[in-house]
Amino acid sequence: MTVQQQPNSFRTGPDERGHFGNFGGRFVAETLMPNILELEKAYAAAKADPAYQKEMDYHLKHFVGRPSPLYFAERLTAKFGGAKIYFKREDLNHTGAHKVNNVTGQIMLALRMGKKRIIAETGAGMHGVATATLCAKFGLPCVVYMGAVDVERQQPNVLRMKMLGAEVRPVTSGSHTLKDAMNEALRDWVTNVSDTFYCIGTVAGPHPYPAMVRDFQCVIGNETREQMQEAEGRLPDSLIACIGGGSNAMGLFHPFLDDRSVEIFGVEAAGHGVTTGLHAASIAGGRPGVLHGNRTYLLMDADGQITEAHSISAGLDYPGIGPEHAWLNDMGRVKFLSATDDEAVAAFQLCSQLEGIIPALEPAHALARVFDLAPKLPKDHLMVVNMSGRGDKDLDSVAQFLESKKKK
Amino acid sequence: MTTRIERRFAALKAEGRAALVTFTMSGDPDYASSLALAKALPKAGADLIELGMPFTDPMADGVAIQAAGLRALKGGQTLIKTLAMVREFRQDNDDTPIVLMGYYNPIYIYGVDKFLVDAKAAGVDGLIVVDLPPEEDVELCLPALKAGLNFIRLATPTTDDKRLPAVLNNTSGFVYYVSIAGITGTAAPDASKVTAAVERIKRHTKLPVAVGFGVRNAESARAIAAGADGVVVGSALIDVLRANLDAEGKAGPNMVKAVTALVADIAAGVRSAKR
Ligand SMILES: Cc1ncc(COP(=O)(O)O)c(C=O)c1O
Repeated sequence: MTVQQQPNSFRTGPDERGHFGNFGGRFVAETLMPNILELEKAYAAAKADPAYQKEMDYHLKHFVGRPSPLYFAERLTAKFGGAKIYFKREDLNHTGAHKVNNVTGQIMLALRMGKKRIIAETGAGMHGVATATLCAKFGLPCVVYMGAVDVERQQPNVLRMKMLGAEVRPVTSGSHTLKDAMNEALRDWVTNVSDTFYCIGTVAGPHPYPAMVRDFQCVIGNETREQMQEAEGRLPDSLIACIGGGSNAMGLFHPFLDDRSVEIFGVEAAGHGVTTGLHAASIAGGRPGVLHGNRTYLLMDADGQITEAHSISAGLDYPGIGPEHAWLNDMGRVKFLSATDDEAVAAFQLCSQLEGIIPALEPAHALARVFDLAPKLPKDHLMVVNMSGRGDKDLDSVAQFLESKKKK
Repeated sequence: MTTRIERRFAALKAEGRAALVTFTMSGDPDYASSLALAKALPKAGADLIELGMPFTDPMADGVAIQAAGLRALKGGQTLIKTLAMVREFRQDNDDTPIVLMGYYNPIYIYGVDKFLVDAKAAGVDGLIVVDLPPEEDVELCLPALKAGLNFIRLATPTTDDKRLPAVLNNTSGFVYYVSIAGITGTAAPDASKVTAAVERIKRHTKLPVAVGFGVRNAESARAIAAGADGVVVGSALIDVLRANLDAEGKAGPNMVKAVTALVADIAAGVRSAKR
């Protein structure tokens, strides 16, 4: 990796064409271009409207339950004997993950734009549940595309979405996971351009989605900043979060990007191991290409065909990463690490048993790296982990995983 | 310098009829069968040939073309082989224009400059790249024009008069009007609406306008051909190809014959259109 010259600020992107350096952009079919331009304009207007922000703050407080606590994980800290470990408790949000922050913003934008129908893609189902929830609250019909493999392994979330009145469409094209759900959602959008709003669940897709979703998730980092100030009287020393598309990570990281003293780590899913080819680590094992509307690091073969990602975590099982992360990687501002299925499950168990918090498998990947970073750091090092969601949805997957290990 | 595409449309204009443009997927279900099919298309009545470049994630395609791409990839098709196929086609056909159609990533990974040189040398005349709107012209469109290849853009029902000039700027060869807001292989367009849309586009450009999406038979082709410079048929051909695969997905003995029979039928429809 060649580290390019660092800019004065890491927080000014994207440019007007949606580029973060060489990444991002608007690689979509012509049919969607007018919609994307309309969305960009509507979002810019909403962002500048204090009434929109005020309404969003209201729902984030009274419906989502923000602010989420910054929690000192005392027993894990004691166990590792190094850095002071804090959890940003996005798992305590209504619907159980950070996804709802973004969905609240997008659904209120859809209402402003007069859109009558909402579609979404989902992997772990947390974004689908959040979207179904906001659609129920605001009386909008909701269709969620979910890979058939993910429908199987995240059943509790499928039931939740249905209970909330959403239609869940299992996707059987391609590899039957998140990337195919996104393809199918894009196909729906191409077909229903005039009345449909596509609520993307992460900091990926064509401009303006990566920037817009980031803005909605920045509430995580902004709160963390204040809460850490209150708890410790200063900034944290390091931040760490798991990366699917990268929305929970970007939400935590972005407000700190220009605080150079803060070290920042993203953790990708290494599945069976980055060298096995069975993983979802697009920075560690991919290269720049174009998919789903943007240029970013992707898993692919020599012909430019996208390869399947592998992870025990449905939410991280995506062969790409948001374009702003790709840029921050090349700039050397964020360090990208990875954690295997085995390591994530071990962290899942340890966190449950030591802290009384069952994490989702996604943030368990971040925890796995915390467990080897923290012991090497001094006791006054302040480390914040984004506890992006709760693990109820994963109990079956983890039980099955442990069962299959026993047999071996 | 004129291209094969420009010469072909000019000749058909003189003949007073619309062009039949066929879309098939290169490498579907294997290299040899799809080359044999491509070679048989002009005789059956195809005036221009679009060859799909298979991609794992074709976000604007319906099930028929998605499956065709996956069959081709399973059969070992790559962009390198697609260019080789065009070269072989050119050995005994020097005047049927060939347009490669697909998505950007395989071209980006091949390397844009190298791809343009190799495509031109192989005998490719034009490119349609679905996920490159005018906003991304610097990526491939401008280099392609410089390399002497036509870059054919899609205009859609959502491309309004305000946006049309941006879409038509840098478009060459012909304009591909996608007759429905949707993916390939779904609804059939209403011919009168299509004719009106073609007229609208023609108020902005002198380029020929070909219409695609939803053309399935001689009758729908005839209706579209009455008001357009070209008719594109794809999913319907691929459906026939699929119906002529054996249980293992290999091309059956009648595949080329069956697909070209439909092409001939549709060509007759195009040629009998009242204009
Ligand atoms: C709890 C949780 N964390 C993280 C993710 C990964 O997404 P992102 O990287 O956009 O935060 C998901 C996605 O489903 C999730 O459910």
